[in-house]
Amino acid sequence: MRIYVPLDAAAKALGADDVAAAIRAEADARGLDVEIVRNGTRGMVWLEPLVEIEDADGRRGYGPLTVDDVPALFDGTLETLGDVEKIPFFARQTRLTFARCGLIDPLNIDDYEAHGGLAGLRRAIQMTSENIVEEVKTSGLRGRGGAGFPTGIKWETVLHAKGAQKYIICNADEGDSGTFADRMIMEGDPFVLIEGMVIAGLGVGATKGYVYSRSEYPDANAVFAEAIGIALERGLIGPDVLGSDRRFDLELRIGAGAYVCGEETSLMNSLEGKRGVVRAKPPLPAYRGLFNRPTVVNNLLSLATIPAIFEKGAEHYADFGLGRSKGTMPIQIAGNVKYGGLFETAFGMPLGELVNEIAGGTASGRPVKAVQVGGPLGAYMPPEKFDTPFGYEEFDGQGGLIGHAGIVVFDDTVDMLQMARFAMEFCAIESCGKCTPCRIGAVRGVETIDRIAHGDPDAPALLADLCETMRGGSLCALGGFTPFPVMSALTHFPDDFAPAREAAE
Amino acid sequence: MSEEHPQPSAEGIRSLIDARLHLEGPMLPIVHAIQAEYGYVPEMALPLIADALNLTAAEVHGVVSFYHDFRHAPAGRHVLKICRAEACQASGGTAIAERTLKKLGIDWNGTTANGAVTVEPVYCLGLCACGPAAMVDGTVVGRVDDARMDKLLSEAGA
Repeated sequence: MRIYVPLDAAAKALGADDVAAAIRAEADARGLDVEIVRNGTRGMVWLEPLVEIEDADGRRGYGPLTVDDVPALFDGTLETLGDVEKIPFFARQTRLTFARCGLIDPLNIDDYEAHGGLAGLRRAIQMTSENIVEEVKTSGLRGRGGAGFPTGIKWETVLHAKGAQKYIICNADEGDSGTFADRMIMEGDPFVLIEGMVIAGLGVGATKGYVYSRSEYPDANAVFAEAIGIALERGLIGPDVLGSDRRFDLELRIGAGAYVCGEETSLMNSLEGKRGVVRAKPPLPAYRGLFNRPTVVNNLLSLATIPAIFEKGAEHYADFGLGRSKGTMPIQIAGNVKYGGLFETAFGMPLGELVNEIAGGTASGRPVKAVQVGGPLGAYMPPEKFDTPFGYEEFDGQGGLIGHAGIVVFDDTVDMLQMARFAMEFCAIESCGKCTPCRIGAVRGVETIDRIAHGDPDAPALLADLCETMRGGSLCALGGFTPFPVMSALTHFPDDFAPAREAAE
Repeated sequence: MSEEHPQPSAEGIRSLIDARLHLEGPMLPIVHAIQAEYGYVPEMALPLIADALNLTAAEVHGVVSFYHDFRHAPAGRHVLKICRAEACQASGGTAIAERTLKKLGIDWNGTTANGAVTVEPVYCLGLCACGPAAMVDGTVVGRVDDARMDKLLSEAGA
């Protein structure tokens, strides 16, 4: 009998390690031959720890499982969730990037290969660099980190750039609140990222890759470091990738708690050992990136999606989605929700359906007041905007952004003035300091919002003006996008900014 | 579990530096290694790093001070990080954090009088679907409520 107990950080945070230990002890006490597999998560966080038992009848899920449930689990008296892939939250998904996450043993490369892994890389090895880049362009894949720039165009630029050494950087600095998809891949299916990076290397002629991860993710970093070792041992990376006589070396680097290092030029400065300040563009990283050499900087989700595109074909991928938002997006549902977790689906599902149906509304049972989409720099969307389809252009048209596709739900107890203030405060704390609109503007922003709270009638106009300056004058998205949460809060939730609030308190 | 750190020595720091000089851009790995070893980045490490990387001590200071993670003095025996980001705020994280600081009588980045616990803010642990979230010495904890926080604090000896 095989028992799956997730090693995912969210599962661990809810007691998975203790459950695994209890299962081991119980199995030993009963003299049963049990293999415990520490898999990734299926992404249904409200059911974690979600344990699955596999026997001749298939896999049956149990969760959320506590240590006290373990004897009943072995007695067969515990109520089962049945086949977890039939749970509506899971069954409604289209899993391409996350196809194997939670299904397999993340550190078993044979298991990975048995479930479609390495097929994409084997195909890419037979292709020319030009054909690899063309395949990515055909897929329509756009950067999953937020900016949405076409991945194939970026690769093409680096392919044609001149340089003795080229680099692939995986941006795994997933600092946005409400996002955890990168972490889930590193913990639940790390070889898919490695495979994607190797394909990128073959595509543009880069022989070295860096994964820039976060110090806030110790579990992910430990699993991924182990995966790199296994990949090297098994010839997936190193001097002779899968016997192709092609080289690709891979290194994991860890940041040090600076949000701005998720911005690609800050990230490169950080990798080089400098302060993680933003660089002005141009030159583009594609021409002069890491150590001034041609560099592809892609989000983790973009790179982790590459193997599926090469395994199933670019057309297959491009057939999903809406307009110019092609393929699927791993949407992370978080905050005050009944069913939080990862939901991968083709672009196009309306926001309201995601919030009210998929996420089941709030966990508190109170009405939804606001939904922040796209991390701390994303707009707060009111329920009136719930018919907005999930897509880059569609959100842009509503004054928002999808970013790394995190959805954070708030109930009616939230004070939107405080959330706007927090956005400015966060920007002030995390500003790299290089440009004035961000460095000074964020501090002034906090002060101005405090003036609004105290009823200063001139302050709202001043805040709008300040936001306009930050948007137009900042060097990167930190200062440039902070106006999204601030102005959306002010625009859509004016009652929270009304002077009357002072009298009411 | 409590981590025991040795007293910093020039010799020890130099060996941590030397082991990483083969890397491209070795600065952050070096500083991480020093903090992992000693629990903070001692002042004496800065000129040693500068010397090894052919930089000025001011440049090294500029890098070390840029990042929130690096401490210039030892922390308490345990480090409790509490997430302050939006998803945790949506689930009541702010109240948990305020109560915890009040109970311990410290502010953010402060250490309890008995030296047991340092409380640091963290902006997202990636546990946004099971917040409020916290981390104690690298162990993640989800759905933190008052009872769970009290248990963590008492285990840490606060």
